[in-house]
Amino acid sequence: MISIPLESGLLLAGILFALGVVGLLVRRNVVFVLMSLEIMLNAAGLAFIVAGARWGQPDGQVMFIFILTMAAAEVAVGLALILQIYHRFKTLDSDAASKMRG
Amino acid sequence: MTVIFYIAAGVAVVSTVMVITRLNAVHALLYLVVSLLSVAVIFFTLGAPFVSALEVIIYAGAIMVLFIFVVMMLNLGEEAAAEESKLLTGGMWIGPGILALILVGEFIWILTADAGQAIPGTVIPPQAVGISLFSTYLLGVELAAMLLIAGIVGAYHLGHRKHKSTHRFLQEGGSE
Repeated sequence: MISIPLESGLLLAGILFALGVVGLLVRRNVVFVLMSLEIMLNAAGLAFIVAGARWGQPDGQVMFIFILTMAAAEVAVGLALILQIYHRFKTLDSDAASKMRG
Repeated sequence: MTVIFYIAAGVAVVSTVMVITRLNAVHALLYLVVSLLSVAVIFFTLGAPFVSALEVIIYAGAIMVLFIFVVMMLNLGEEAAAEESKLLTGGMWIGPGILALILVGEFIWILTADAGQAIPGTVIPPQAVGISLFSTYLLGVELAAMLLIAGIVGAYHLGHRKHKSTHRFLQEGGSE
């Protein structure tokens, strides 16, 4: 039985993660930064699934469910923060919120 | 049939590149949905059908709908109306449409192929995932529940539109 090689799955996860990092570094719009975070979380989950499929154990899928939960919570808080930033600065540029006021 | 995996991987990489290079947030979201769907196909070929369904329902469904709600909330007004007319008539549906059609073709291929031939390797059934989730990782489930409650409370607190702040420091620079 031919199965999908571990290397190509992990390579795909690495490529997707690298694309997420590039998007996170390049884009200034906060919405795109959050989308890049989603891409990176998804790539990490893909790596877990690939490893779990390699060993034939359900642990990889369990970890993916935890990542899914964390992504949902993170997105809820992140989008609420985006709304607050937009109401306060009237822009979505992340450089506008770079100063702290203590 | 490892070729399904490689086609879906190509679709995932192409659509993710399109996500991080789009200028319009809604266009990027369309490509992101396609990217997540192709990753769901990859999960299916890796023998994880339960997680594949979760990826479609929760990631490509719920989380993307949250994103779209917020993007729609952010740009209201004339610009958004002009943007929407462009969105409805423009040719930007072609790119995500073609990528999604590739995934639909793969779906039909998997359905029509013989059982066991479409998915190489071993399939981990949802029962095994559930048993492992609620026995070995029970502590993790409870921690995830606490995380979700924290997320709900945090999102409510941050999303709540506060009344005008009367604090002098916040009044000076905060409203501009």
